[in-house]
Amino acid sequence: MHELSIAMSLLDALEEEAERRKARVIAAHVRLGPLSGVVKEALVSAFEMARQSTLLANCQLVIEDVPIVVFCPVCNAERPPVSIQEMCCSFCGTPTPRVITGSEMELKALEIES
Amino acid sequence: MSTPRLVEVRQKILKQNDVTARALRQRFHDAGIFVISLVSSPGAGKTAFLERVLTLAAKNYRVAALVGDLATDNDAARLSRSGAPVKQITTGTVCHLEAQMIHDAIEGWFPLENPFSSQESRAIPGPQLPVSPEILFIENVGNLVCPSSYDLGEDLRLVLLSVTEGEDKPLKYPTIFNTADVAVITKMDLADAVGFDRAAAYHSIHSVRPGMTILEVSAKSDAGLDSWQRFFTQRLDQWRMRCASPIST
Repeated sequence: MHELSIAMSLLDALEEEAERRKARVIAAHVRLGPLSGVVKEALVSAFEMARQSTLLANCQLVIEDVPIVVFCPVCNAERPPVSIQEMCCSFCGTPTPRVITGSEMELKALEIES
Repeated sequence: MSTPRLVEVRQKILKQNDVTARALRQRFHDAGIFVISLVSSPGAGKTAFLERVLTLAAKNYRVAALVGDLATDNDAARLSRSGAPVKQITTGTVCHLEAQMIHDAIEGWFPLENPFSSQESRAIPGPQLPVSPEILFIENVGNLVCPSSYDLGEDLRLVLLSVTEGEDKPLKYPTIFNTADVAVITKMDLADAVGFDRAAAYHSIHSVRPGMTILEVSAKSDAGLDSWQRFFTQRLDQWRMRCASPIST
């Protein structure tokens, strides 16, 4: 359960942006991949709890799921894997450890009003 | 009040941890310290393995270890038996180590500069070690979930899995196997007693991380520690060559 630490890091970043832009942050758009090590539902609950004690008590959290994409050396192309448990090309079945996307845990954008 | 507008930010949520970890990695690199971290579930045998590894490595290198634990310093006491300098990081309720904790723990513990560089050494108040180690081990808190999100500035991350845990554990915790560099199967002396299915364990590991290097060890019988030594020496040599190269990152 490190989602609370992560929610607090996110709130710190949002407060910094709000201060810098002299604006109110009404929503935070976050991109989250399955290989980030963060459970989406846990992050949402942790964020809702942690925001109470900040100036962002009404800030919404909008999460965009980023799919896992791997590079398949046989297809010579970016492909979805069969699953997070089975990291092989879903087209030709070749195993590959080369992860292109899926480990994202990033603050993509803010909705602000000033 | 104006209408809301969307502004692009694009920054990592753990940006602060990543910045601290990158700075640590650079400082370790400049000081010639090769850093290895260990992660596993509680009870997989990190401390027992590390105690043997420290004892063996101490014959040829200056070694030191940092160990994260929620509440006690029992692990640090056990590791101290190897004769290597050991420092405890008590995380309290935090279930993982973060880069800042590593930074704080080494600050003042040993000088972070290359003993062979011509630069005049910087005075750090009260370092307990006169020179920096060549190898620093970091034992994370026993947890297979949370440590995967935090870069600690290490050069090599080991994920440990004991034969008593179930061969499908990698399938349950794929992310940690994706952030680690090598899988170490521990407690091999118990393999027969618990009916360990080696092929199934390898299949699970390679399913979540194709091609991952796997080592099998027993801290009790010392089985497999020779292959660990070979692997470790090879990685250290590669790292030292990268460090010496002017185009290293």
